[in-house]
Amino acid sequence: MARNPYRSQKIAFFCLLLATLFIVVPVGMIVVVIIKKGIAGITWQFLTDVPRKGMRAGGIFPAIVGTVYLVTGAISFALPIGLFAAIYLSEYAKGNFLTRMIKLAIVNLAGVPSVVYGLFGLSLFVVFFKFGASILSGALTLGIMILPLIITASREALESVPASFREASLSLGASKWQTIRHIVLPNAVPGILTGTILGLGRAAGETAPILFTAAAFYLPRLPHSIFDQVMALPYHLYVISTQVPNVDEKIRYGTALVLVFLVLVMNLIAVVIRYQFRKKKKW
Amino acid sequence: MVKISATKLNIWFGETSVLRNINIEIYANEILSIIGPSNSGKTTFLRMLNRLNDLTPSFKMQGEVMFEDTDIRKINVELLRKKIGMVFALPLPLPLSIFDNVAYGLRMHGERNRKRIREKVKQALTQGYLWDEVKDRLPESAFKLSGGQQQRLCIARTLAVEPDVILFDEPCSGLDPISTAKVEEAMLKLKKEYTIVLVTNNVKQAARVGDRTAFFLSGELVELDKTEKIFTAPSDRRTDDYIRGKFG
Repeated sequence: MARNPYRSQKIAFFCLLLATLFIVVPVGMIVVVIIKKGIAGITWQFLTDVPRKGMRAGGIFPAIVGTVYLVTGAISFALPIGLFAAIYLSEYAKGNFLTRMIKLAIVNLAGVPSVVYGLFGLSLFVVFFKFGASILSGALTLGIMILPLIITASREALESVPASFREASLSLGASKWQTIRHIVLPNAVPGILTGTILGLGRAAGETAPILFTAAAFYLPRLPHSIFDQVMALPYHLYVISTQVPNVDEKIRYGTALVLVFLVLVMNLIAVVIRYQFRKKKKW
Repeated sequence: MVKISATKLNIWFGETSVLRNINIEIYANEILSIIGPSNSGKTTFLRMLNRLNDLTPSFKMQGEVMFEDTDIRKINVELLRKKIGMVFALPLPLPLSIFDNVAYGLRMHGERNRKRIREKVKQALTQGYLWDEVKDRLPESAFKLSGGQQQRLCIARTLAVEPDVILFDEPCSGLDPISTAKVEEAMLKLKKEYTIVLVTNNVKQAARVGDRTAFFLSGELVELDKTEKIFTAPSDRRTDDYIRGKFG
């Protein structure tokens, strides 16, 4: 029997469509369930008040603020360092054994379980540097956790800028650094921001790294300084879901909804910046 | 006056020998055409002169290249590339506006004065025969220009940093005949002030614009002589065969 190219194409399309549906349906369901069960809990008081009655009433304002602080801190630590490291690795480092080992180690770091980062943060920042359980320790721990993501994405973005642009710039007598600064970096920004978006989401959602380093079980006030403990949304969600009995469902799902929404807003900001840069891209 | 001279130049990429025992003198204000089949080492020789080969990790060399009697390895590489500009085979604008493409080199060499930058950009675009076509669209992306315009933009960009020597690496290989004629016209005018080394796959182009012509074959310099001599009575049989299109 002769092979029918149209049939095999149809089968391929069907399989691809099925795989896409497999991804879309669960994601959609998560969002729908969280919104359906959580929207009732979203009130002005819920967003702006401190938790009351053993976290069974009141709001989650300190946890929102805590998560924003932790994520902002983690990004402002990890983005510059990760970017500089990526520039060094992709533009300056020679392709020798050591460099290859470093690149391999960075890729592997992305696969280390987050609770290990938590323990590392505990021993380094909390105990050794004596920062205590604090925003600073938590942000640094989260920052180190997302460093591999940012470095890997940034390296790929830098290396995807065509070599011909570099040669054109260098042939005009621009120095290597000028070429990186004016030609390579501006064209790598969208890719770097993609890495940052991934990092943002990861930092906002992880519980384990802040468990030992920053998160307070119950702290019904705002932090006074970066050496203060904070509540954080993912940990708070864990606490009210498993540690405190009889918490109303709408409070739990409301907290989850706020967390998802917060990550969404942060991502949106990065996406808008990325869009601006892509629009400026001239090739 | 000898502008650039290569003496006993050998180049390898890894284990592959690309150029063997090249001795060439390039005179000031001449157009030296380099012809030869692909893989004969023409472009490698050209990229040697502004040290672009240094970017390839496996690059190795022996012998020496002198620019105005100084070994090019002893000249600051940014300064060398400012003095020896290059126009590539494919039009290669930077991902910037038309204006910024030409201003880029000036700015990288520390020019801050906006008025002077504007003047020099206009001057360079005029020299590159592009000013009239782009004067009303300077802020547009350089990628909106046609291929021939892009290549003239690249020439203008190179001229803006005021080099002594301009290297052309098959500058017309992607251009239509009319654009090619414009680029050649520009080259002939530029010769008065600059020294030009032109690598070309187009034998006729070498005959049209070159004062002297060098024939490269498999990494060796077969013959270098006045263009009329090469094209009428070459001393080497292989040169004759190549020019007549028997191979390559």
